[in-house]
Amino acid sequence: MSYQGTKINPTKFHRSQTKFYVILIPLAMVMMLPIIFIVFHALKPVNELFAFPPRFFVKHPTLENFQELMGFAASSGIPFSRFIFNSLVVTLSVMFLSVFISAIAAYAMSKMKFRMRATLFEINTVALMFVPLAVQIPRFLVIDESGIMDTYLAHILPLLSMPIGLFLMKQFIDQVPDELKEAAVMDGATEFMVFRKVMLPVIKPALATVAILAFQAVWNNIETSSYYVNDESLKTVAFFMSTLVSQNGNAVAGQGMAAAASLLMFLPNLIIFIFLQSKVMNTMAHSGLK
Amino acid sequence: MKKHNSREAYWFLSPYLLMFFMFIVVPVGVAIYLSFTNFNTIEMPKWIGFQNYTAIFTKDDIFMQYVLPNTIKFALIVGPGGYIISFMLAWMLAQIPSKPRTVLALIIYSPSMTMGVAMTVVWSIFFSGDETGYLNSWLLRAGFINTPIQWLQSPEYLMTIMIIVSLWSSMGVGFLAMLAGVLNIDQSIYEAGYIDGIKNRFQEIIHITIPSMKPQMLFGAVMAVVTTFQSGDLGVQLSGGNPTPQYAGQVMVNHIADYGLTRYEMGYASALSVILLIGIYVLSKFSWKLFGEKE
Repeated sequence: MSYQGTKINPTKFHRSQTKFYVILIPLAMVMMLPIIFIVFHALKPVNELFAFPPRFFVKHPTLENFQELMGFAASSGIPFSRFIFNSLVVTLSVMFLSVFISAIAAYAMSKMKFRMRATLFEINTVALMFVPLAVQIPRFLVIDESGIMDTYLAHILPLLSMPIGLFLMKQFIDQVPDELKEAAVMDGATEFMVFRKVMLPVIKPALATVAILAFQAVWNNIETSSYYVNDESLKTVAFFMSTLVSQNGNAVAGQGMAAAASLLMFLPNLIIFIFLQSKVMNTMAHSGLK
Repeated sequence: MKKHNSREAYWFLSPYLLMFFMFIVVPVGVAIYLSFTNFNTIEMPKWIGFQNYTAIFTKDDIFMQYVLPNTIKFALIVGPGGYIISFMLAWMLAQIPSKPRTVLALIIYSPSMTMGVAMTVVWSIFFSGDETGYLNSWLLRAGFINTPIQWLQSPEYLMTIMIIVSLWSSMGVGFLAMLAGVLNIDQSIYEAGYIDGIKNRFQEIIHITIPSMKPQMLFGAVMAVVTTFQSGDLGVQLSGGNPTPQYAGQVMVNHIADYGLTRYEMGYASALSVILLIGIYVLSKFSWKLFGEKE
């Protein structure tokens, strides 16, 4: 067997890959069931939602649930578009800012020398491990004290520093050879230019991974809306969706809307992932590193 | 290094550190302080020293009898299990062309996106306790059982179900990082490896693949440790209540939620979280030893 037999990232199908497909495809089908379920569930009319025994597939698909959801949102006084606008503002700001600040911090931690380097990284790693539940009350106090309650900042600032993001990016930057930086410095580049022109293009897979993570963390977050923001018109879609079943009181009507809502909440996750995955799986082959 | 360089480094770090200290370090510090107090979330915390800690290890029967063994069992299976599955899947995906890889990777990653939604709805229907649950109705029809089994309410099954569901959703960030890691390995290293006498796939993985992606393996390991210990919602969501039936699925995080959010004994809950933190930290150090760069 030659090394060709184990080609990573092959360009086309080869018989030797069959064994991977045999394992991966059935596995993927099992993993996909919940997604299919979410889609079908959202399309089920009321009598199918409560059918006994529960049916996986939908028999008479309908958009009733979505219409009802929109109607309910409109009747609650704050237009649905307002929640979407809030979510978009918050999600996009956190995504871009957190990727940027963790990338530049990771660059400093990995490729610049300063005294606190090891200590700071250690603190970051410890923070990664703390249970969010235990810091809920202290966090609330900090946010209350800082006076950002009831502003967009209360949605954004607490989520900006992602210990996971910094950790992941530092791991990636560590892999980039120092010579690359030295060559650029030799040509007269400042640290920031090295970061922007040399490092950022090379660590795209890490950037995309962190962006996906940040998106998921923010988009699905209901904590900031329920604890740090009292003004209804500043709350996010995720929070609105989470109140559907309970607030409505009517569990039967709520079920259909909740099913539609879970599909609507899930779709952006899927879209962002599809959009960014090519970067995640991007090899360094094009980056000029090899 | 020159002095101005180190000052510049702090400039680069400043936005991150500012947010980090304000919303993570300070709250964690306060939580650690609270662990030495008696705090009911309404009155001012009262300093009681190590009393919470001694109580956890000497008076808390539930902790010693159920929570600790459950947490260890769950973590020992799900942590390494999920980690190995993630690596194997990433490795296999790297060896098929990019179009099918994209589709399959998306599907395999999807459970960690759907987690909240899928768990409560899909899994509770699948394991539903009456004859309408998928699993029960299959087993009944196939003649394996005569009466439906209360999967999610029976202490003897809950833990196993939790482990299965966690493994199913364990292809998260660690998996993505590892996939990127495998794809980033320089092809010529393999060539050199075969010239140097590597004979089969197994040797190839041990001698080339894993060493070439050490940072991603380390990241994956740390994430596996952290997420396993922090995933506690599972048992509660599946069984529908905290505490879980006869504490069968009770893990650290549930115990913390039980004390912190149900009984409002925030000091005690904080002490539990500090113990959890120390546990996770020790295990991460261990993975560091395995995969970390020797510095």
